[in-house]
Amino acid sequence: MIDVNTAGEVWIFAEQRAGTLADTPLELLSKGRELADALGVKLGAVLMGQNVSGLCATLGHYGADKVYLVEDAMLAQYQANSYTRAMGELIHEHRPQIVLYGATPVGRDLAPRIASNLKAGLTADCTDLQIGDHEVKKTGSVYKNLLFQIRPAFGGNIIATIINYDRWPQMATVREGVMPMPEPDMKRKAEVVRHNVSLSAEDLPIEILREEMQGRKVNLKASRVIVAGGAGVGSKENFRLIYDLAHSLGAAPGATRAAVDLGFIDRDHQIGQTGTTVRPSLYVAVGISGAIQHHAGMSESKKIIAINNDPDAPIFSAAHYKIVGDLNAVVPMMIKAIKEKV
Amino acid sequence: MSYNCVVLVKQVPDTKRITGRAMNDDGTVNRAALPAVFNPEDLNALELALDIKDCYGGRVTVITMGLPAATTVLREALYRGADEAILVTDRRCAASDTLATSYILSCAVSKLDYDIILCGRQAIDGDTAQVGPQIAEKLGITQVTYLERVIELKGRVMVARRNMGNGWQEVRTALPVLVTVIDEANEPRVAAAKRLMKYKDAATRAELESGGDGELRCKVLTDKGLLIRQWGLDDLGADLSWCGREGSPTKVHRIQSVVLEAKESKVVEAAPAGISAMVHELIDDHTIG
Repeated sequence: MIDVNTAGEVWIFAEQRAGTLADTPLELLSKGRELADALGVKLGAVLMGQNVSGLCATLGHYGADKVYLVEDAMLAQYQANSYTRAMGELIHEHRPQIVLYGATPVGRDLAPRIASNLKAGLTADCTDLQIGDHEVKKTGSVYKNLLFQIRPAFGGNIIATIINYDRWPQMATVREGVMPMPEPDMKRKAEVVRHNVSLSAEDLPIEILREEMQGRKVNLKASRVIVAGGAGVGSKENFRLIYDLAHSLGAAPGATRAAVDLGFIDRDHQIGQTGTTVRPSLYVAVGISGAIQHHAGMSESKKIIAINNDPDAPIFSAAHYKIVGDLNAVVPMMIKAIKEKV
Repeated sequence: MSYNCVVLVKQVPDTKRITGRAMNDDGTVNRAALPAVFNPEDLNALELALDIKDCYGGRVTVITMGLPAATTVLREALYRGADEAILVTDRRCAASDTLATSYILSCAVSKLDYDIILCGRQAIDGDTAQVGPQIAEKLGITQVTYLERVIELKGRVMVARRNMGNGWQEVRTALPVLVTVIDEANEPRVAAAKRLMKYKDAATRAELESGGDGELRCKVLTDKGLLIRQWGLDDLGADLSWCGREGSPTKVHRIQSVVLEAKESKVVEAAPAGISAMVHELIDDHTIG
């Protein structure tokens, strides 16, 4: 059990595979930076693996003040036991106040094991994190500067804000793609703190016989926000607008069949009756007229924003926010507004 | 060689059928207005255990932790082929978070002989997927999450295929092991009519005590072999400081209901002010941010 340490750092788990960082740790760095600044503490990234020290610089560029580097041949492949062992040692030694993991298959395998080992709290699949105060009504005690761990529950019907104030660290897994990617600052440098862990064969109870991992694939179904473009976007070059808006929102880019047929984007991104059916929290339809086939694939989105220059476009009948205007002007305005707010 | 399987199951509100009426005015969920169901992926875990039993022999024991009403899922497990069912129920379990739940369930599992512990990947009420790995750590055993298929069981060794979302992995590990099973793993069997007739009156002491003549009815069921085993925290020898509210590091600060208004739509002016206001609104209601 680890006691409260309000001077503790904010940490993120820097998941890597075969020496390559995923996007998730970079997204975590952006949120982690914000939290660490709000608390006035350092932001640390925990990097484990074999021959991965080359990634320390990248973690620094994306916002880490420190990189806790654990290099060991026995950490070359991820395993719950060995990684729990190493992370547990680091947390005991440095007592961070917050530890964040990506809610990836690895993060969701690892974080609960660590929480159980440390007898610490863990909130799964957060979509937002904030710093705030909590009052325990019964005793009147006020706990300041806690991590508000915000997540949907009950199939998305409620938003719960979870805290832990008496046992630390405060830990959460964070849904992929909901935190925006930070802009790298090539001049930033992180201090590297090496840690040695002594592992034995017992810490590697699993033998990986075979595996096949595809690179980063579009996962429209798992995306909380989708920005989709239609024929109205006009050209493959102009589809850059869709990617940029998606990027600013941490969203997945999608498209109508018409846009795919015109070669603006890959078929993997197609949404509609003959593509993927999606139910994101937010669907931004850009230059999409709203054919019934497309509607079938996205009508259950919780919120829909439609941007189209034709006020009579059928998409508007499905939209919660209707923006009649030139997408070439509206999309950049949206990106600007998001960057200012988030 | 035969294998003893312990399946951990949960009764959950059917979150797919939440309607306006299922939400209280204060934003909390009115569980009473929701049908309670067998957590879907726990059925896949049970099916895998029954499949292992069919192939290799052994026993299938099903455990649930919950209110007396959760006995319903235990009966359903018996209808499908489980050999034994156990209800872990105690008022002092209330308000347990995943850590406390994993502690209580690990105490229960420790009382049994097991080779393989099976859970669904996650429950549809919280979708945390945490309790499985947390139990594995408490028991000090290996975990294989996202299990899609058991390829081979030979002696004390299991070979299985995991679904990693963006790929797959074939792993070999020694027993005992805790696995979390995904819905693609299998098609759960339906209740067998014969077993349904046999177990339809099976009940737990907690259920019988809520009616009259509790003691007498317990005795009748015991004689028929239909009294479902029930454990409280004292039976488990659990340390109460790790159970319930006290044993739960995570607490709820606030619950907000997500108000879904049917296509209430707004016209947003295609100018910076209008767009900025819209973005602000979406951040405030947690749609983005």
